[in-house]
Amino acid sequence: MNPRRFFLIATPYLWLLLFFLIPFGIVLKISLSDTAISIPPYTPVLDLAEGWAGVKAFFSELDFENFSFLASDPLYITAYVSSLKIAVISTVITLFVGYPIAYGMAQAPDEWRPTLMMLVILPFWTSFLIRIYAWIGILSNEGFLNQFLIWTGIIGEPLTILNTNTAVYIGIVYAYLPFMILPIYSALEKLDVSLIEAAEDLGCSKLQAFWLVTFPLSRPGVIAGCFLVFIPAIGEFVIPSLLGGTQTLMIGKTLYDEFFANRDWPVASAVAVVLLLILIIPIVLFQRNEQKQREAGL
Amino acid sequence: MAQPAQRPVFAPWNDPNEKPLIQFQNVTKKFGEFVAVDNITLDIFRREFFALLGPSGCGKTTLMRMLAGFETPTEGKILLDGVDLAPIPPNKRETNMMFQSYALFPHLTVWDNIAFGLRRSDMPKDRISARVEEMLRLTRLEKFAKRKPHQISGGQRQRVALARSLAKAPKLLLLDEPLGALDKKLRQDTQFELMDIQEKTGTTFLIVTHDQEEAMTVASRVAVMDHGRMIQVDTPDRIYENPNSVYVADFIGDVNIVEARATRRADDKYALAWAEGQPEIAATSTEKIDQGTKVSFAIRPEKVAIATARPADRANVIEGKVSDIAYLGNISTYKVEVAGGRMIKAQVTNERRLARRDITWDDKVFLSFTDTAGVILLR
Repeated sequence: MNPRRFFLIATPYLWLLLFFLIPFGIVLKISLSDTAISIPPYTPVLDLAEGWAGVKAFFSELDFENFSFLASDPLYITAYVSSLKIAVISTVITLFVGYPIAYGMAQAPDEWRPTLMMLVILPFWTSFLIRIYAWIGILSNEGFLNQFLIWTGIIGEPLTILNTNTAVYIGIVYAYLPFMILPIYSALEKLDVSLIEAAEDLGCSKLQAFWLVTFPLSRPGVIAGCFLVFIPAIGEFVIPSLLGGTQTLMIGKTLYDEFFANRDWPVASAVAVVLLLILIIPIVLFQRNEQKQREAGL
Repeated sequence: MAQPAQRPVFAPWNDPNEKPLIQFQNVTKKFGEFVAVDNITLDIFRREFFALLGPSGCGKTTLMRMLAGFETPTEGKILLDGVDLAPIPPNKRETNMMFQSYALFPHLTVWDNIAFGLRRSDMPKDRISARVEEMLRLTRLEKFAKRKPHQISGGQRQRVALARSLAKAPKLLLLDEPLGALDKKLRQDTQFELMDIQEKTGTTFLIVTHDQEEAMTVASRVAVMDHGRMIQVDTPDRIYENPNSVYVADFIGDVNIVEARATRRADDKYALAWAEGQPEIAATSTEKIDQGTKVSFAIRPEKVAIATARPADRANVIEGKVSDIAYLGNISTYKVEVAGGRMIKAQVTNERRLARRDITWDDKVFLSFTDTAGVILLR
């Protein structure tokens, strides 16, 4: 193999090794360790000065204790399940909100599309944290939403939205909506108008043409969008900690608490490893979907 | 001498008792200020293979899309079997369309593509299945039924599109540049296939094309369009031999156009003065032409004979010099410079091998044609 090609192929693998596999190896190692009051806050630490005996001692002290602890304490399982539930529900809501927007964008006249695209991307120009903070101002009991609803007379008492799961859903849907819209839009934009005309010509009503042609052909975009929302949503930390309440249990928050409040690095690492394993399944499915799409030449 | 038995000729447009399948009645379509279709009145009959021919942007596709229901006329009426189409949406019309891009559903197999329209009707399942099989046989696609559109060739996709649009047995099949995406050889084969299928199914076909050869080959009648108007509607041979305007003569095939001034002669023929000091061209006309009218004389290159010696018995002989020879294998086209620097093309079938050709560049030649070979055009 010539050196140029080798370099070209080696670069991404090197990148992956440096910034994914090695950190993951470290986290995995910590998850197999025991907590200790020291710096770093876990044992064993590999001591190469003791030679082979040191390495053997190091490995003999690693165990799966933390993982069995995760399985035994219902807190963690509840947090995982609750994270999954919140991520699934928010993904579905995001899909229902995002699809019509993407569809509208794809139907818009050509000269409008760049502007609409811009509007979808515009929120990214502000810090994510600030945008989530802004939602506190909107959703709190004295917030804009409640003030507006009381002013219109729809409600008499302010609604408690902030610090509930509802606020978390609103936050996630808001934050990840562009990730849903963009892939669906790109799938719909590629769609040949004559396919819809052909469907109508062959006897479909507008609605049937949508279900039988438009939607199936935009499915790759829908699947991509769902993964792009689901994967970050399940490990979300900022939104549940700022908008969620005490009953909002999400694994990202648990992870944070273990690391920083309890300073229990080994258990926190074990939580992270399990989270990664949970996510690997959808990621592999996502990759397979992409692959299939490429093969179909869509 | 016994007359040969009169063969029935398919010409419903000449039969006053025949009811047209489609009637365009003063149909106009405007897109903003742009007039795409300009006051067209046209009848198309059952079992016809009707071609709309014209350059891109002449309104032929718009006319077809109005039949399919994707566009509505700004003015005028379109009737199918005597019923006004205006209030009927595309999915309820008894027309089907074969799209230029084929518009095959990429997520469905060939089988499902063909069955797509049938499943939208209330046809029972086993009948659908039988009909799809029949369509697959008709278009010789049996082997590809389970494939997806991206797994078959362009010619096969074209046949799937045809099968799909024929499956519902429409009263009228619309074909929008159906062969445009095929290469030349395949296109010619497919033209004959289309004619076969049209004959077998007895469906009325309306084809839109910008390829005059294609229109001439497949169609029973051709409508030549320009700028949203119908210039001439006639059978291919009449369009070719009796064009009604310079536009049609020029659009269909190769033609020599000579500007001239007409004078009526005693024998009801016309003498066309086309260049000073040159003998006038003798020609006939079905129309009466006023003395001294400026006309265009159109004559097809294959009707002009070329010789090195002056032919004795031809009505018209023009002297000239060979300026260019285009050798096309089966035929050769000679470009001959005549009086006033005008070029006249003469076409000769190459009956002999090339080595024995007796006319070459710069030769002095005589072009000759009969007085009925060309047509006099007033516009």
